[in-house]
Amino acid sequence: MVYLTRIEHFNAAHKLYNPDWTPEKNEEVFGRCANANWHGHNFELYVTIKGKPDPDTGFIFDAKKLGALVQEHITDKLDHRNLNVDVDFMRGKMCSIENLVVAIWNELEPRLPAYAKLHCLKLVETAKIYVEYYGEA
Amino acid sequence: MNKKVAVYRKEHFNAAHRLFNPAWDEATNSKVFGKCALPNYHGHNYELDVKLTGVPNADTGYVMDLKELSELIKKEILDRFDHRNLNLDTVEFRNLNPTAENIAIVIYSLLRPHLPEQLDLQVRLYETPRNFVEYPADDKS
Repeated sequence: MVYLTRIEHFNAAHKLYNPDWTPEKNEEVFGRCANANWHGHNFELYVTIKGKPDPDTGFIFDAKKLGALVQEHITDKLDHRNLNVDVDFMRGKMCSIENLVVAIWNELEPRLPAYAKLHCLKLVETAKIYVEYYGEA
Repeated sequence: MNKKVAVYRKEHFNAAHRLFNPAWDEATNSKVFGKCALPNYHGHNYELDVKLTGVPNADTGYVMDLKELSELIKKEILDRFDHRNLNLDTVEFRNLNPTAENIAIVIYSLLRPHLPEQLDLQVRLYETPRNFVEYPADDKS
């Protein structure tokens, strides 16, 4: 079994804000991340698949095709967008990177071929903050 | 002999913005600025390198105490721009398109009055790891 990682990136705005709470409570819990007019990041997405290299190609799954798949279904929908407002698969969810990485998994996993299993998604928000998700409930 | 030394302090801030010229219609903005003109904003992790050039002080050996420079950048730049929407939340970009070029010029203008006159200031601003600008440009022409 070999693990292959493809890195893609997107730049987006978001805010951490729970509409069921008062502005004061949001400020208390989320601090500056609750700023009403959003802020933003350069996000990096590491997509790791696992599989056995095909004897004819030597590939688990063509990394260029993996990149195109991630772009079509994920980063084209996120890049230069507002995560709270513009993204269908984040509607009604809190826009934390925890929730975003799970939502990306749910969008991407069914679109991969059976021989290239999604192993891990790593989503980097800043140089100091990232999350990893392995599809565990 | 030239004893000038350049010292640098790196800081960063996260902000939302969009590129938009209000004198143009939507179609022209979209044509010129592409996805950067999308109405609901996007954002970046901005990385800021502040460069000071001068002769080290004879008593301290410092061009400038970098802790003091850090505190100045925090007060004048980060407190103003971090976790903000540059278009909506700042007076500096109310009537100025917040391109990396313009942000660098604004940062220079905010810092310059607080720094010793004999030190040269240059600002390098990374909008993404691949796109960055410098002001003033090295070319003096």
